[in-house]
Amino acid sequence: MLEQHLAALPILIPLIAAPIALLLNRSLYSWLFATAASAWASVTAWQLLVLTLSEGVVSYAVGGWAPPWGIELRVDTASAFVLLAVSAISTFVLVYSKDSIEKEFEESKHALFYTAHLLCLAGLTGILLTGDAFNLFVFLEISSLATYTLVSLASDRRCLTAAFRYLVMGTIGATFILIGVGLLYMKTGTLNMLDLAQRIELYDNSRTINTGLAFIMVGVSIKLALFPLHRWLPPAYTHAPSAVTAFLASTATKVAVYVMIRFIFTVFGADYVFHEMNMDLVLMVLATVAIFKCSYMATVQSNIKTALAYSSVAQIGYMMLGVSLVSVTGLMSGLIHVFNHALMKGALFMAVGAVFYRMGSVDLKAFRGLGRHMPLTMAAFTLAGLSIIGVPLTVGFISKWYLVSAALEQNNWILAALVLGGSLFAIVYIGRILEAAYFKDLPEGVDPNSIKEVPWLMLAPMWVLVIANIYFGIDTSLTTDAASSAAQWLFQGVEQTMSEQTVIEQAATVDSSVPTNIVQEASL
Amino acid sequence: VNLWQGVDPSQLITLSILLPLVGAVLIIAAGKYPNLRETVTLTTAVALFSIVLAITDYTYSGVKMELDVVELFPGLGINFFVEPLGVLFALVASFLWIITSIYAIGYMRGHHEENQTRFFCCFAIAISSVMAICFSGNLLTLFIFYEVLTLSTYPLVTHAGTKAAKKGGRVYLGILLSTSIAFLLFAVIGTYSVTGTLDFVDGGIFDESESKAVLGFLLVLFCYGIGKAAIMPFHRWLPAAMVAPTPVSALLHAVAVVKAGVFSILKVVIYIFGVDNLKDIPTTDIMLYIGAATILLSSCIAMTKDNLKARLAYSTVSQLSYIVVGALLASSIATAGAALHIATHAVGKITLFFCAGAIMVAAHKKEISDMVGLGRKMPITFAAFAIGAISIIGLPPMAGTWSKWYLTIGALEADKLIIVAVLMISSLLNIAYLLPIPIKAFFAAPSNGSGATAEGAEPWSWSQTQEAPLPILIALTVTSIGCLALFFYPEPLIELINMIPDVSTEMGSAAVAPAEMGEG
Repeated sequence: MLEQHLAALPILIPLIAAPIALLLNRSLYSWLFATAASAWASVTAWQLLVLTLSEGVVSYAVGGWAPPWGIELRVDTASAFVLLAVSAISTFVLVYSKDSIEKEFEESKHALFYTAHLLCLAGLTGILLTGDAFNLFVFLEISSLATYTLVSLASDRRCLTAAFRYLVMGTIGATFILIGVGLLYMKTGTLNMLDLAQRIELYDNSRTINTGLAFIMVGVSIKLALFPLHRWLPPAYTHAPSAVTAFLASTATKVAVYVMIRFIFTVFGADYVFHEMNMDLVLMVLATVAIFKCSYMATVQSNIKTALAYSSVAQIGYMMLGVSLVSVTGLMSGLIHVFNHALMKGALFMAVGAVFYRMGSVDLKAFRGLGRHMPLTMAAFTLAGLSIIGVPLTVGFISKWYLVSAALEQNNWILAALVLGGSLFAIVYIGRILEAAYFKDLPEGVDPNSIKEVPWLMLAPMWVLVIANIYFGIDTSLTTDAASSAAQWLFQGVEQTMSEQTVIEQAATVDSSVPTNIVQEASL
Repeated sequence: VNLWQGVDPSQLITLSILLPLVGAVLIIAAGKYPNLRETVTLTTAVALFSIVLAITDYTYSGVKMELDVVELFPGLGINFFVEPLGVLFALVASFLWIITSIYAIGYMRGHHEENQTRFFCCFAIAISSVMAICFSGNLLTLFIFYEVLTLSTYPLVTHAGTKAAKKGGRVYLGILLSTSIAFLLFAVIGTYSVTGTLDFVDGGIFDESESKAVLGFLLVLFCYGIGKAAIMPFHRWLPAAMVAPTPVSALLHAVAVVKAGVFSILKVVIYIFGVDNLKDIPTTDIMLYIGAATILLSSCIAMTKDNLKARLAYSTVSQLSYIVVGALLASSIATAGAALHIATHAVGKITLFFCAGAIMVAAHKKEISDMVGLGRKMPITFAAFAIGAISIIGLPPMAGTWSKWYLTIGALEADKLIIVAVLMISSLLNIAYLLPIPIKAFFAAPSNGSGATAEGAEPWSWSQTQEAPLPILIALTVTSIGCLALFFYPEPLIELINMIPDVSTEMGSAAVAPAEMGEG
């Protein structure tokens, strides 16, 4: 029975589980229940990915109302791919969070934490699966409201200002998206994404649609923390509880990147956005500035969570740079980096959370001497750090390879040089933490015997992500297959209109075969 | 000399890479029992050398050995392919690993170093990645293990854990990692996007029609991206790495790591660009002269250094550029000289580093000015030092003669008289900064007070000697004999080098034939 509702399950499971987790109201039970629910959601996400890889698109009419009148859930490879990353990371973070949150805030709030986490997960998966523009806004709000709650749970009172700032910025972003969607509805009379796409194509140079595009682009840019709209992100990540940071850093902004890709490629059409409106140039410049400015900012922070938060903003720059290249390889590099960066940052923030667990601080000073006292945590941090630098045999290398290849494919040697040059900053901001950990002694006044490894429930998920960093850096078949077929699928529309511009030369060489039924559906 | 008859030739590659890794694991396992741990190291080293000998045997008889491991990108992955240049490097590295292991046992114990298990373990991992570099079948594989080598040697460089070690390590990792990411990776992906392949192919992979500007740009990227070749101005990491214990400086920073750098440059020149195509590339000459400048400048810097290891480090920087210059002369005979120099410089320089370590262990002296008159106390060490120094200078009857000979003929063949002059001046500079050390040690009286002079006047006898521990002496004797042996029996190596495509020690090969005919 559940088989036919597979597409709805990843949303429904956490949505239904959330209030139950609150009702259980005991830290341990809520934890077990939330983790189980999230794990189940991950399994369904995996099934969806397998299904989309073999069958192309899965469409599900909510409540049996056929689209475009009813709400449609529409899963293609791109959404299933990101969905798997999000729900899997959520499960690992939940496993990790039990010991982590015990240390960070009082037990009365624990059930609330699990509820908010599940709601956030439900919102994020909803964004990924829905085929309806307004519905997307609703899910975005569900996840955002849950996120504000999560950020403000920390016992450090600075988290309240950070959460408030996040709330204000997030609401502005959401409002912009709502206005944009409203404008589109005003002009086209539909909210279904596919329907929208077909109708938008008919309008040539409509001012309403242009304005709609502007509102949506700015709104989504706030949500994904694209430079210069990123200012809310570092304080929020810094003051949120460790488990929340690990979850948000590896999922929330990634989903926003997905929304951006979805709006550009599925709703507006890449040809309109990039060639008529020249958004590619805007995105490329902002992304490049983000890479340099925020990578630099990451090297001068003394709070390591802030440093990694700035690093995240820079990494989002890499993703958007891939998108702005307007090629299958570029889009593919962006999508792969969404997945890979989730693995790296998840592991890094978990390791930082482990340091907070023992040292009660995430200042650079707190890392001193930990190489000796917390060898497993620091080894995990080192490996994930190497991944973010982009050392071969880690996922970071794969992302970088595709991004630079995509730039060179268009003979853009300068951009390729900028990408590689920007990644040198990572050596500095990871390197100085490692130097503190391995070459310095513990800070004065800390009892060496009190500093030992964190509980295994925190170590295990951290190491799972670290091993995934290495595994997917060597066996890339899953990630490249999924990302390349997702990128090709998103590019279908572009291919038809721009075939004469030979941007897609490489499409044929990227290893994947698109089933014919997808092509037919796309040309509907 | 093939002990591995039963094994499939291609699997020997796997063995040569995995064996040191297995050794590393066993070293950790045996960490509590130093004698057992050192036995593991030595056994692994000897076994590895026997594997490389077997591979050499198959190479002579023309057996093809290749191995695909994993595909990282569609149609591009880690694969290995045995070719003569790699065999040459593997022979040198694996043979010297045995000797260095013997030496390291004497040194690390004599010097009471800490964390010896970590030391021997990282050493084995580094050797494993060197083997992978030797047998790499495409640029991607070469790049990957080049990075692994950088990272696995970082703990060795910073072994002491002091402030100086941290500073040295920062320079080491900073320069090697950033040049490799910013330039080498760029060059690799650039090559891939231009040609669609990264395989090492005889005669190069670029089309005739390829824009010369792009090729020139890529050549510069490769030369500087391979920071381990220490071409100025990216040479600072090598002197910085001298904070490491002496066995590390000896094997890694005179043989494995630096030679991995110049080996990569030779590989790129021979199999990516093609020796014959080099002269059409606009930047070849620029890089050639930068290499020549590196030879002279670093020799001059070496002269100003009073710390023995620092002087040897700058000497290495200069000698590495011999190989770079040989590779960029675009003459088959100079390339052969460059390849031979990998081996001859290795035995010479490792002897010198062994001596430096021996002096440090036995006499606790690091500064050259303190070594005056020390030859009476350490005659074997300083005799070995003299042999190594003569080999580096390139005088008969030592190994260095041959490589310098071929390099000079190559420079003449390529009509680059300036390079000939540079090689000759450099030899003079070598004499000036290396030979005075043993001469003063033997013939000058110690300068520290009157008592010492009186002692110096006494007839010399063996009882005065205060040599380093026996393992150290064995090691430096073997390598100095190696310097002699390679002068009298260079044939096996030369035969191996002649098997490399487009490379020959014979005069008048394809590259110059048309020119000679024109003159006739």
